[in-house]
Amino acid sequence: MQIDPKKCVACGNCVAVCPMGAIYIDRKINRAIVNTEECVECYTCFRGMSMERLPPTIVRSIRSVLKVFRLRFDPEPDVCPTSAIIPDELTWPRTVRRAFSDVTATHESTGILGRGTEEVKTNDVTNRLGEGRAGLTVELGRPGIGVWFRDVQQVTQTLAAARVAFEEKNPITAMMVERDTGHLNPEILNEKVMSCIIEFSVAMHEVESVLVVLREVAGRIPTIMALGIAARCDATGHTELEEILSDAGYPYLRAKTNVGIGRADPIPELLAEPALEGSA
Amino acid sequence: MTHTLHRFGQREDLVDDFIVTAMPAKGLNDGNAVPKQKEFLRRALKHNPVNVGNSIKGAQHRSSRNLNPAAHWRRDTTPDPQAVIDEVDRPTTVSAVFDNFDAVKAFLAELIELDLGLSVNISSVPDKAVDCCDECGIVRHSVEYSLGFFGMTEKLPDDTTMRLSTMCGHGMISTGLARKMTDWVRAGRRTPDEACKYMARFCVCGSFNPARARNILEQAARGK
Repeated sequence: MQIDPKKCVACGNCVAVCPMGAIYIDRKINRAIVNTEECVECYTCFRGMSMERLPPTIVRSIRSVLKVFRLRFDPEPDVCPTSAIIPDELTWPRTVRRAFSDVTATHESTGILGRGTEEVKTNDVTNRLGEGRAGLTVELGRPGIGVWFRDVQQVTQTLAAARVAFEEKNPITAMMVERDTGHLNPEILNEKVMSCIIEFSVAMHEVESVLVVLREVAGRIPTIMALGIAARCDATGHTELEEILSDAGYPYLRAKTNVGIGRADPIPELLAEPALEGSA
Repeated sequence: MTHTLHRFGQREDLVDDFIVTAMPAKGLNDGNAVPKQKEFLRRALKHNPVNVGNSIKGAQHRSSRNLNPAAHWRRDTTPDPQAVIDEVDRPTTVSAVFDNFDAVKAFLAELIELDLGLSVNISSVPDKAVDCCDECGIVRHSVEYSLGFFGMTEKLPDDTTMRLSTMCGHGMISTGLARKMTDWVRAGRRTPDEACKYMARFCVCGSFNPARARNILEQAARGK
């Protein structure tokens, strides 16, 4: 992302809306500047801010006159008055920043939006997580910190050593060059993203030990780790995961509950089967 | 996506925060998902959600590409849920946010009867979702719990900012904007309602809960 210096009037509105704190006002030139090293191409400034198309010279003149009289216009805080925010043409490996950071960008490796997969949200249709296993989502970077892939690799390497089963359709899994070691594509290691999600599953009896491993590696990386853990419920809606988490001292205040009313579409070939003899 | 899972807060302010989502499974039931997802949103509107959204296109509060400067004094902030419905043009995640249990229960009962075949999830405090399933006569299929935040938690902002900014799980509501809006409400420069609308425009998927945000800002203005 960049801010056109010919249009920018240094109002500062974009500074506060950047989730990474990557925009600042350079007082020497009195313009907003994007720190491209820290910018994760999330497009929040470009998409979230409303755009006016005021002439920059007039806006600057008005601001200067008001400043002389120590007056300040109280503008809407989510507006760029001169439409100065302009997306860059991204090339590899910088494209990976947007793929993981912009919610509206479809990730090529999964074909779905966002940083993760369908997880258990469609488990009633896919049955990807069966009884007796726990699915874990390890989100790195959110809120407001971001994460470099070199730090993501520390986590994937640690998990690979713990012999977890990485989720096939997850974008981070797709970025691994060696799944056994958790090594990521070296071309992306110096790229930063708003957040990313590592997904894997373990047997239910391994949950406690893998949580210990995760907390240990969380202490070694300069970002935030948000942990989610999922399970398939039995016919009564119960799962042993709750007892495991309680016993291990992990409180949980929030959950996503798949209510189980999804179903797969009928397979066309089966529909086309001829009716059995004697049937209606 | 874990975009609604890690909402920061205490039980008392999370208890009336519900996000109901509908999504198809890729390759298994996404062939005719678009009209079903539109119907999901249409039915949701009957139960007075505080927000609705489509992960690809946006929510009912959104920015303008060509804002009239008069907006600084008189801005049209009317939500546009019909635009959210009209813009569903491919399988995605659609969502409706509610601020009370009864509305969620009534909506779920209607979805069960409607039998769209899409996967429906309720993001909430865990026991409320179980109660909702029980009262609708169904058994939950799967569940994902948030265990919270680990690592360099000292880098995280104050509680009020965290509660506001984590309501957009994709991280589109910056901690800077949340803090600025809190300060502006405290200073009387904007009402809590106005501040909520500014923040809501940045949450593309529509999981931001303006009703909860208003409560948080009102508490902050009272010095809590």
